Amino acid sequence: MKIGVVSGNVVSTINFPFFDSKKLMICDYLNSDGSTSGYTIAVDRVGAGVGETVLIMDEGNSARQMFGLDTGPIRAVIVGIVDAADFGETEVG
Amino acid sequence: MQLARVEGTVVATVKSRGLEGVRFLVVQPLNKHREPQGERLIAADAVHMAGPGELVYFVSSREAAEAMPVRFVPVDHAIVGIVDDVQVTR
Repeated sequence: MKIGVVSGNVVSTINFPFFDSKKLMICDYLNSDGSTSGYTIAVDRVGAGVGETVLIMDEGNSARQMFGLDTGPIRAVIVGIVDAADFGETEVG
Repeated sequence: MQLARVEGTVVATVKSRGLEGVRFLVVQPLNKHREPQGERLIAADAVHMAGPGELVYFVSSREAAEAMPVRFVPVDHAIVGIVDDVQVTR
């Protein structure tokens, strides 16, 4: 999994059926020095809001199991909201 | 998943089995501020409605093949939604 910061959301009505009624959040991946690099659009499962530090799972098999699917184009899922993370030299959250 | 802009179409009549009827589109991946980032890709259109100029989002690697009607086809990028709106606050 990776740690990221929610920085926005995506609204979409025409999509693959799985994504109907799913919240799509833009998450920037957080580096250990607090900077960010790269982003992903993840399906939110824990009610994360913009600005929150989150735990992102980016693996298809786990995502499908999480949603009880045997097939589906889903990978990135927000699976947790980070209260605190200690990267050794920096504190996050 | 990433944002992308549809820039064109690719027609291929001779292709792997299972890809019949699958539309291929040329997409330019975008960063979260909708600026081009990275090289253009060819993505299968899993929503069958994306046209040139549209803002879409696509999934990569094996999950792209999971968006296709036939399973286990050689597709590594698939458009799975058309974007109505993107809000980025930071």
